[in-house]
Amino acid sequence: MNEILKKTVKAEGVIEYVIYNPAVAAKALPGQFIILIVAEGGERVPFTITDYDREQGTITLLIQTVGETTYLLSQMKEGDSLYAFVGPLGNATDLNEYNKLCLVAGGIGAAVIFPQAKLLKSLGKSVDIILGARDKELLMYVDEFKAIADNVYIMTDNGSAGEQGFVTNKLQALIDKGITYDVVFAVGPMIMMKVVSDLTRAYAIKTLVSMNTIMIDGTGMCGGCRVTVGGKRLYACVDGPEFDGHEVDYNEALNRLTLFKEQEQDAYCRLTGEKHGKKS
Amino acid sequence: MPIAGLQEKSMAKRVERQKVLEQFPLERIHNFEEVSHGFDKERMLLEASRCLLCKNPKCVQGCPVNIDIPGFIAQLKEDNPDKAYEVITATNALPGICGRVCPQEEQCEKVCIMGKLGAPVAIGALERYSADHSKAGKKIASVSQAGNGKRVAIVGSGPAGLACAGDLIKYGIEVVVYEALHELGGVLVYGIPEFRLPKSLVAAEINILKESGVKFLANYVIGKTLTIPDLLEQFDAVFIGSGAGLPSFMGIPGENLKGVYAANEYLTRVNLMKAYKKGSATPINAAKKVAVMGAGNVAMDAARTALRLGAEKVSIIYRRSRAEMPAREEEIEHAIEEGIALNELTGTKAILGKDKVEGIRCVKNTLGEPDASGRRRPVELAGTEFDIEVDTVIMAIGNSPNPLLAKATPGLLTNKWGGLIVDDNTETTVSNVFAGGDAVTGAATVILAMGAGKKSAKAILERLNVLR
Repeated sequence: MNEILKKTVKAEGVIEYVIYNPAVAAKALPGQFIILIVAEGGERVPFTITDYDREQGTITLLIQTVGETTYLLSQMKEGDSLYAFVGPLGNATDLNEYNKLCLVAGGIGAAVIFPQAKLLKSLGKSVDIILGARDKELLMYVDEFKAIADNVYIMTDNGSAGEQGFVTNKLQALIDKGITYDVVFAVGPMIMMKVVSDLTRAYAIKTLVSMNTIMIDGTGMCGGCRVTVGGKRLYACVDGPEFDGHEVDYNEALNRLTLFKEQEQDAYCRLTGEKHGKKS
Repeated sequence: MPIAGLQEKSMAKRVERQKVLEQFPLERIHNFEEVSHGFDKERMLLEASRCLLCKNPKCVQGCPVNIDIPGFIAQLKEDNPDKAYEVITATNALPGICGRVCPQEEQCEKVCIMGKLGAPVAIGALERYSADHSKAGKKIASVSQAGNGKRVAIVGSGPAGLACAGDLIKYGIEVVVYEALHELGGVLVYGIPEFRLPKSLVAAEINILKESGVKFLANYVIGKTLTIPDLLEQFDAVFIGSGAGLPSFMGIPGENLKGVYAANEYLTRVNLMKAYKKGSATPINAAKKVAVMGAGNVAMDAARTALRLGAEKVSIIYRRSRAEMPAREEEIEHAIEEGIALNELTGTKAILGKDKVEGIRCVKNTLGEPDASGRRRPVELAGTEFDIEVDTVIMAIGNSPNPLLAKATPGLLTNKWGGLIVDDNTETTVSNVFAGGDAVTGAATVILAMGAGKKSAKAILERLNVLR
């Protein structure tokens, strides 16, 4: 159980893991997440489900190596097993009511919109994708997206692929061209979800985001993942992780994300031998 | 020749209630080892000698699971902890845990006849002694095999689920306990701190259930990994003991600043995830000045945990007075001994700070007329606002039942507080699905949850025609 069947390096520091857990695979839906512990005594860390295969009993995760747990995970080999793996948690993202959709992914946010795009196309919906990353190396699943989406727009900070600029530049351009989306689903770094939400608010385009908060149990017990949405206290684990992007208090959520920044950086530096400040 | 009973009674008057051995406060605030060491043999024998072995024992009625208290104390009088343990485990699968965390002063000891003559028998400490000193092969005694071939699923491995499992396994029923977390024990491992309930002891008592045939599956979130309808396909009945997970907040400004934790998060980081150990992967921020909101057992646990993690000043902030504090007297006394400040009659208006907690704004209260709970209502005194400088705030004002399961289960109805609705037989609104403990009542005690688990076990045994 919880065996890493396949490990593929997709870019520097970005690894795709295929993990065997038929119980989780049997129930997984797009938008849900799992919590794993690499080895006994380790942290519980949530990751969004990138893909699932009910027949093979596998869950696919796309994970960027940024901290202690993701580093320890990156050191695991195919055939190794994780200490704990629980899910699927959170609510599935159900976009069935919409017909013309724009899915926006920043960095490995592509991992979240990938299963969604697959599902939506199987339902015959019109799906445009905007992928953004710092560099072309960090663009994920471009070919797979091209095979399923109506249009795939690529934006990089440095212009190494697609157009130079941010995902919001492209979204603005598409709106300016007169394309009317029923919904925008944005997933990526919290700051990116904030700017997308700010943009679409001006045009009253329904926008959903997936909140990647601090979390321990993932079942509504610890309260660490609380976010203020429309003035109400909600829990990303049991009420989300997807919320109305126009209602989320991003400034508060961004502040809460930095709660353990120092400890996380210390732990990462201790493991990798890197000096402070090299990674964030 | 004196009459035996009389002699015993006169002796009982002479022996004073024995005190348990404890770590010194100044020593224990620097470690997470158990505060109380319980009785040694000499004290145990003296304390056991105080019991009158009443013919019509009030203490048994005072116990939520009706342990044969005179029965086990009679064995201790003979210095026979093995036999005492056997007597206890006939009704209670978790004596080491109950001996430590039950509020005996509200239950068995409250009605002990010796209480009227001075001080009640220290029943809790004697129960603990039996569990800690029994060397008998620890396994739950089988009552009958009438349940062979029947299967029952239990949701949650906390006290309610464990008690239910312990009673079902006696009848040869196949019992599978599903736990959402990676460790077994529920609130016994994530909530109650090591210094009050060592986790090795929880594991040992759960192991007795395993040895007796109960199967445990960790990392299964019922409602997600498997649903209640899934379980009903495989099992004859289901017991839900999913606890009161969802933390409450006060609804005041600043609650989402960095440095504000629900007690659940704070305690889970420290207890379950072992943040108190050097090199733990789970972080916790070092706090210097801590305010704990609330004055129940969880508040005392959080305050004493913060102290052990190196806080310089820890204050309990409570809107009513000392007399209304819901924590056990023993816990409050321990907290005071350790140097925790009790700010009674203090309301909190806001948590102050820009990004991080910098302080709290409080107001003095007085007590007015009793409210619905029967306790006198706190009333703010105008113009008495004052600030306290703190860097960490821990909310320990209660939990409501975990909503996850009810949300995921069609037909499983809850009351307006989120508690599962059950009938007199503890059956929920879904047929053959029973529930008990905090999932039904909201946050209460370990022993009440165990009592509820046992009540459901009986109802399940009757439903499955194992008991008639």
